[in-house]
Amino acid sequence: MKNIKKIISAIAAAALAFSLSACGGNGSGDTSADGEASGSGNAIYRTVDDIKSSGTVKIGVFSDKNPFGYIDNNGEYQGYDIYFAKRIAEDLGTELELVPVEAASRVEFLETGKVDIILANFTVTDERAEKVDFALPYMKVALGVVSPDSAVITSEADLAGKKLIVVKGTTAETYFTENYPDVELVKFDEYNEAYSALQDGRGDAFSTDNTEVLAWAMQNPGFTVGIESLGSIDTIAPAVSKGNETLLKWINDEITALAGENFFHNDYDETLASVYGDAVDKENLVVEGGKV
Amino acid sequence: MRGYEVLFAGNNFLRLLGGLWVTIRISLISIGISLVLGVLLGAAMTVRNRAVRAICKIYLEVVRIMPQLVWLFIVFFGITRSTGINLSGEAAAMIVFTIWGTAEMGDLVRGAFISIPKHQYESGLALGLGKAQLYGYVIIPQTIRRLTPNIINLSTRMIKTTALVSLIGVTEVLKVGKQIIDANRYDAPDAALWVYAAIFFMYFIICFPLSVFSKKLSDKFR
Repeated sequence: MKNIKKIISAIAAAALAFSLSACGGNGSGDTSADGEASGSGNAIYRTVDDIKSSGTVKIGVFSDKNPFGYIDNNGEYQGYDIYFAKRIAEDLGTELELVPVEAASRVEFLETGKVDIILANFTVTDERAEKVDFALPYMKVALGVVSPDSAVITSEADLAGKKLIVVKGTTAETYFTENYPDVELVKFDEYNEAYSALQDGRGDAFSTDNTEVLAWAMQNPGFTVGIESLGSIDTIAPAVSKGNETLLKWINDEITALAGENFFHNDYDETLASVYGDAVDKENLVVEGGKV
Repeated sequence: MRGYEVLFAGNNFLRLLGGLWVTIRISLISIGISLVLGVLLGAAMTVRNRAVRAICKIYLEVVRIMPQLVWLFIVFFGITRSTGINLSGEAAAMIVFTIWGTAEMGDLVRGAFISIPKHQYESGLALGLGKAQLYGYVIIPQTIRRLTPNIINLSTRMIKTTALVSLIGVTEVLKVGKQIIDANRYDAPDAALWVYAAIFFMYFIICFPLSVFSKKLSDKFR
């Protein structure tokens, strides 16, 4: 008798789970139908005219990624992305509503139209480009190599026969394994382990994203980023909901036009310079007018 | 800047309290509704009707096996996707925590009810108590006594799990803490310790009265 009950409840549970997933399927079907019907005004996203007439543009940003998007001690949003977000609102002639997002939910915020634009240090990848539309890039990231002042490594050639520290699973690990098999890699799981290994001299240099090593070297006297840009370059761009062509075009025109006043160089000076120091070549990070 | 100074720099401390208020609001409202609905669900789980019991059981299992994070995404993004209704992050969070809390509370209530031995009912009736007296003087006090530690346990779990809501754009106390640590990561790298200590203390301040209250309640029914 008890077994029969168990079996029945298991079947019922399975049926419910199935119907739930079926609902989910229908739901996403509806969304794509909405997307196709965008011409008739049923879209999940808002066009430039919709945003202008509502009077507020909603932009998703990071609230805890200093120096790109963060909230300072007075509760104000600051950073490289925020500087651009403010300008977008100004040029649209609307109020700015900043929505705090997390790395893991950036795509969903756009897919459901809960924000108009994501400006959250969003790296352009093929996988993401299937779900959202990226505008022209406004920043780029590559690898950097930091080493002690006493033996600065300034080129890939200097690395031959040296011990290079990398963090497991990062692009640095893949890049050096594939391109420089004769460099001895010392691998760690965590960033702080890698940094203490560099300070202890357990390796001759450390490589990871240049934005990361540049900021660290600035905080740790005695270390220099000898190679500021290496390997394949990733770009960082604003993103809008898939199919929101008017807004995408507006942002692209905006980025192109802003090149005239060197906007992103000024943005760098205002928000990143204090973190990366004066020695850094801006051209390794800033993308002006969408031209990488 | 020293680590502890970060706590009081600008309006950081006020922001932490503001975040704490968000945490309290979401968790206490959902705990309150869950208590009421959970008692009803628990009662429904003990009825003779098999269909009712099966439905309750399915609800409980479905809620239990899906992580709260998945529920948050389903309610916050899924509802907008399928119906176009745009819930605020906080409303979505309260719905999710009520769905979850009700399921767990229902099971606790059911467990407490069936744990009362049959002879308690029989002895009560043998003493000539009426049905209301039987439940009022014998069964319910014992049930509450068995229930309170579990309810407090569930409540504190719910309070702590509210930290997940930052994923749907709600800034609760832990998220404010992360913002403060990150804003000062170059000026005060050791701020993390102080900020987390302050948050630990704040969680303690909300959870401690709950356990005092539960002690009072179970003493009362001893």
